[in-house]
Amino acid sequence: MHAEAKQHDFEPKIVAFVCTWCTYAGADLAGTSRMQYPANVRVLKFPCTGRIDPVFILRAFQKGADGVLVSGCHPGDCHYMAGNFHARRRFAAFRALLDFVGVDLHRLQFSWVSAAEGGKWVEVVTELTERVRAMGPMLEFKSLEHEEQWSAFQAMADVPGVVNTPELKEAYDKI
Amino acid sequence: MSRIGVFVCHCGENISRTVDVEQVASAAGEIPGVAYACDYKYMCSDPGQNLLKKAVAEHKLDGVVVAACSPRMHEKTFRKAASAAGLNPYLCDMANIREHCSWVHEDKKLATAKASDIVKLMVERVKKGKSLAPITVPVTKRALVIGGGIAGIQAALDIADAGHQVVLVEREPSIGGHMAQLSETFPTLDCSQCIMTPKMVDVANHPNITLHTYSEIEKVEGYIGNFQVTLKHKARSVDESKCTGCGICMTKCPKKKIPNEFDQGHGLRTAIYVPFPQAVPNTPVIDRENCTMFQSGKCGVCAKVCGPGAVDYQQEDRFSVEAVGAVVVATGFKLYSIDRKPEGSPIQGYGEFGYGAIPDVIDGMTFERLASASGPTGGKILRPSDGKEPKQVVFIQCVGSRAREKGISYCSKVCCMYTAKHTMLYHHKVHDGQAYVFFMDARTPGKGYDEFWRRAVEEEEAVYIRGMVSRLYQKGEKIVVMGSDIQVGVQVEIEADLVVLATAVQAQDGADLLAQKLGISYDKYNFYSEAHAKLKPVECATAGIYLAGACQGPKDIPDTVSQASAAAAKVMTLFSKDQLERDPVVAKVNEKYCVGCLACKKVCPYGAVEEKEIRDRQGNLVKVVAYVNPGVCGGCGTCQATCPSKSVELDGYTDEQIMAMIESL
Repeated sequence: MHAEAKQHDFEPKIVAFVCTWCTYAGADLAGTSRMQYPANVRVLKFPCTGRIDPVFILRAFQKGADGVLVSGCHPGDCHYMAGNFHARRRFAAFRALLDFVGVDLHRLQFSWVSAAEGGKWVEVVTELTERVRAMGPMLEFKSLEHEEQWSAFQAMADVPGVVNTPELKEAYDKI
Repeated sequence: MSRIGVFVCHCGENISRTVDVEQVASAAGEIPGVAYACDYKYMCSDPGQNLLKKAVAEHKLDGVVVAACSPRMHEKTFRKAASAAGLNPYLCDMANIREHCSWVHEDKKLATAKASDIVKLMVERVKKGKSLAPITVPVTKRALVIGGGIAGIQAALDIADAGHQVVLVEREPSIGGHMAQLSETFPTLDCSQCIMTPKMVDVANHPNITLHTYSEIEKVEGYIGNFQVTLKHKARSVDESKCTGCGICMTKCPKKKIPNEFDQGHGLRTAIYVPFPQAVPNTPVIDRENCTMFQSGKCGVCAKVCGPGAVDYQQEDRFSVEAVGAVVVATGFKLYSIDRKPEGSPIQGYGEFGYGAIPDVIDGMTFERLASASGPTGGKILRPSDGKEPKQVVFIQCVGSRAREKGISYCSKVCCMYTAKHTMLYHHKVHDGQAYVFFMDARTPGKGYDEFWRRAVEEEEAVYIRGMVSRLYQKGEKIVVMGSDIQVGVQVEIEADLVVLATAVQAQDGADLLAQKLGISYDKYNFYSEAHAKLKPVECATAGIYLAGACQGPKDIPDTVSQASAAAAKVMTLFSKDQLERDPVVAKVNEKYCVGCLACKKVCPYGAVEEKEIRDRQGNLVKVVAYVNPGVCGGCGTCQATCPSKSVELDGYTDEQIMAMIESL
């Protein structure tokens, strides 16, 4: 895979939450096999996918991640016997919530990558990166933050001495 | 403010080729909390490690990040170096900029940016890290072996020979298990009893082995190195300490026509009996359900004839508690019952094969007993219905096994080989007889196995028919077997005198209940699960419990013995230390915030979460909180992600650490 480095307008930020026993080792194998994949992914190691609190995913999106990957051992292969089952169940419910909140679920990927699947790791990361790249930056949380601040500003409109005019809003939006 | 040191490794050229290491080091120096940053050609070399040690002392560092290869490669190396420099080893972490960066990216700019990010992540992690001390637990150097078949015997002998005390528990009146029932064993055709009974005697005579037969596991408490196991000693009605094993009680017992379980119901025994003549211990047991004394209160012959007065009709079940440090589970298998659907089992019966209804349709183990010199026929192959020598015998393989529609999808592994052996034994004993085998595939992996099977086909004249049997029925004295030969593409009909079914190997009765007592996991067939299919095949995921033999899945004798010795080796490794030291990545409960919902207890795969009562000075119950036993906790952190009040925390992976890492993205 010696494709010439293409210039992209947008380099998405991908955060991967992986378990140490399967996917982290699988990513290591991709390295020792000198496979190539986009450099957009940042890996956070956990003992088990069971340790991954959905809040971490939300926080990652909030902190500017454009895509999140959660990956662990295949069902039945969990080093801790059942951690990945708990994770699977938890994220099945969490996906629905994320959807409800308005996050495009294409930005979130769950996968099972074993310690022997360096190639699969490359595939999963490449696919997610390219998908998110096509989708563009994740703006939902940023616009939400923007709205929140504006409404906080507006709440102060009743406070004597605070001016609230359309010109001001326009000026605020430009910030 | 922290004083973290960052050491960026070139790894020769492995990292520096695609990552600008100087830039990564200088960027790391800018991260708040980093007191020192440098780069070096080979961090893992002696000078590299010395550089780290010197920097820790010179710059008064309180945490270290080594940006180099995967932590799976050198985490131990650098933690040791940090520890030598007086730092807590758990405050040393690695940023993986080789496997996860330089080796997988070609663009130097992007790779350098990524490497800097990875370093930043790890710096944040170490900043929020805590000093941790390895957990030590004492080890009781005494092992419990559950099951007295060949697996349990081998494991017990190996551990005992290493000088450790072993408690061997067997639920039947004698040890020996299924192997003692076999006539001859593949692929060498040596007599099973000849190689088995000396081992049984060794167990009985070994000074380090305490044997408890006719006993079961009642309760298991504790954790690795420190188990308390309650044993139930079923009432034998014979005092083991008095009995001399003369056997006069058995000769005088008036109840003589009870089907003998050891001979698969084809031989007869008395109500006071030993299962087979070579039983260990050679102490009889009274079968209370069949004993006239217990049923009507009138008899007492055995007590009258017993010289040492060992017969005790008043004996009751007894309980004892054994303290052990490790457990080897070797409970073996049972054979699939094809006529009756076992209660509560997903497995369907095989009524169409007539087992149970047609007396001359038998299973493989019954054939073993017919072929055995110590069996009910004295080693002659005679059919059960009329005692005639069968001239045409049909063997049917994969009865139950590999039949998804019947509920079992696995291969029982031993049937191909033992059926080949049966055809040979039959041919050796009935020279003018003909053996037919219906088979799907002949699966013969193993040393000398395929040669053995070929011998059955080529030299011992067994006719192998690839195909399954659809139906069989009684016609006069014969059993008509209807099947298909898919290689020739014709229907086959054989008038057989005897039909032998190679029924599936299944988990032992009550295997699931024992697993629940031990806190080990089992699959949908009730076979016990190993910790890792490839790299931890004898360990259970529950620390301190090991598996041996067919309780884990169908296995032949060589595999069983190998695994038993492997399990024994694991136990010996455990017993080689007085104190157990383990990674301190365990969960801890903040009792102040814990509301005692025990959601963590439900999800804990190790059963490490216990309830703990908090009382005030007057002894009144204030509240119940969760408590994580550090000796049992495996450190997966599922409890933490589940805890609604965030009051349980996994050391080394705290919310604070992870949040700090995410913030730095």
